[in-house]
Amino acid sequence: MTAAQLIKSFTLWEFVKAHWLTLKYFFKPKATINYPFEKNPLSPRFRGEHALRRYPNGEERCIACKLCEAICPAQAITIEAAPREDGSRRTTRYDIDMTKCIYCGFCQEACPVDAIVEGPNFEYATETREELLYDKAKLLANGDKWERAIAANLEADAPYR
Amino acid sequence: MTAFFQTLGMSYEWAWFVSTICGILLIALPLLLGVAMIIYADRKIWAAMALRRGPNVVGPFGLLQSFADGLKVFLQETIIPSAANKGIFLIAPVVTFTVALMAWAVIPFNSGAILADINVGLLYVLAISSLGVYGTIMAGWASNSKYPFFSAMRASAQMISYEVSIGFILICVVLWAGTFNMNGIVKAQQDHVWLLNGFVFNPLLFPMWVMFLISGMAETQRAPFDLTEAESELVAGYQTEYSSMAFAAYWLGEYANVLLMCALNATLFWGGWLPPLDIPVLYLVPGIVWFLLKVLFFFFVFSWVKATVPRYRYDQLMRLGWKVFLPVSLLFVVLVSGYLMATGHFA
Repeated sequence: MTAAQLIKSFTLWEFVKAHWLTLKYFFKPKATINYPFEKNPLSPRFRGEHALRRYPNGEERCIACKLCEAICPAQAITIEAAPREDGSRRTTRYDIDMTKCIYCGFCQEACPVDAIVEGPNFEYATETREELLYDKAKLLANGDKWERAIAANLEADAPYR
Repeated sequence: MTAFFQTLGMSYEWAWFVSTICGILLIALPLLLGVAMIIYADRKIWAAMALRRGPNVVGPFGLLQSFADGLKVFLQETIIPSAANKGIFLIAPVVTFTVALMAWAVIPFNSGAILADINVGLLYVLAISSLGVYGTIMAGWASNSKYPFFSAMRASAQMISYEVSIGFILICVVLWAGTFNMNGIVKAQQDHVWLLNGFVFNPLLFPMWVMFLISGMAETQRAPFDLTEAESELVAGYQTEYSSMAFAAYWLGEYANVLLMCALNATLFWGGWLPPLDIPVLYLVPGIVWFLLKVLFFFFVFSWVKATVPRYRYDQLMRLGWKVFLPVSLLFVVLVSGYLMATGHFA
């Protein structure tokens, strides 16, 4: 150990320097946002909570092709289908287990009619696990609730697809 | 205060008893409130140095965060592991918490404002702070779980190691002050060097103060010496099996200990309730204000260090304690006593 190193170590020089640095940071503006009150902008491609969309006339888009169920790598989607009274093929059951979902977005990529989408909503924490087992009614309700935002996002992203 | 209760018609013994109880409450209740606020301050300071915001939702500026946490913890279930030694398991946090409060009995808040003005005040502090390790080691043993046990082993080794050098550092202070009485130590610091109140301005005692500060961090198991709860290796250390109020008692005790270390720094080296300069105008400000300002400043330093320095490795901690602090503090005991002998301080 040289004399300079010895002096440096006994005067705690590196600690003094480090503390000076953190003191400067103490007075700097915060790097984080004030989350529940401020939010970061989201990309139109953001993959959040799922929703089942409808056509403008109120008809549900999903035609029960089960492509999403087939592609889902987490096997979170369960679909049962049957002909409706008017003869069109519709789902009788469309469940997504949100605790299994990995938010890869393959379901919305697979969907030929843009029925299942992942919306911009990411604040859907629940108090119980059961509330995260979404059924068709919940997904359609989500679609109705978020339709404007979802439609805008799809349109914004369309030129890149 | 005893005299006041005697005028109310009590016998001397009863008046003494009631006034002591009042004194304890006068110290303990503001202290607990202070601990709650200091936990909040710690989180805020740490957050600010990491460019984060810290708690800011509960109450104005998040000031009530600690109370919300306390309430949450209070409503939770106390889980006692089936293999734990139930009695010791439950007594351990009480020991930690009680011991953390006990040492405050000899801290002078103002001239004469001290619960127990005993002549061996500093010795009492040393004794009590040594007892503090029992809470930790009882928790580690009674939990009957490997991580708490490792943590308790580490904690006891760490606290014993640093207590040795703290002892030598305090001997230097006592030599210079000529008394073990805490009030006497504060008074001895008046006009110590060129109107400056405080042993820290003494070139021989300044390095002692730096070592005391660092040893104090090790003694209270604060970062960078928080090896006992090194979460990457020991989950949460000796607190791993604790939940609910038992956990909160540890939390409160830990911060009460940190505050105590800050108060000791202020009292022993920075002139306690004396203003920083020995100028009559400054004595117009009540002593307790100076004392609390110093305590808060040292708490800021503790948080500052926590936000800056990464955790030590266990062998580094032991090396610092035994191979650096112990010889250096011993050397300074010789230097200080030699200087005092040479200048006729004891004559």
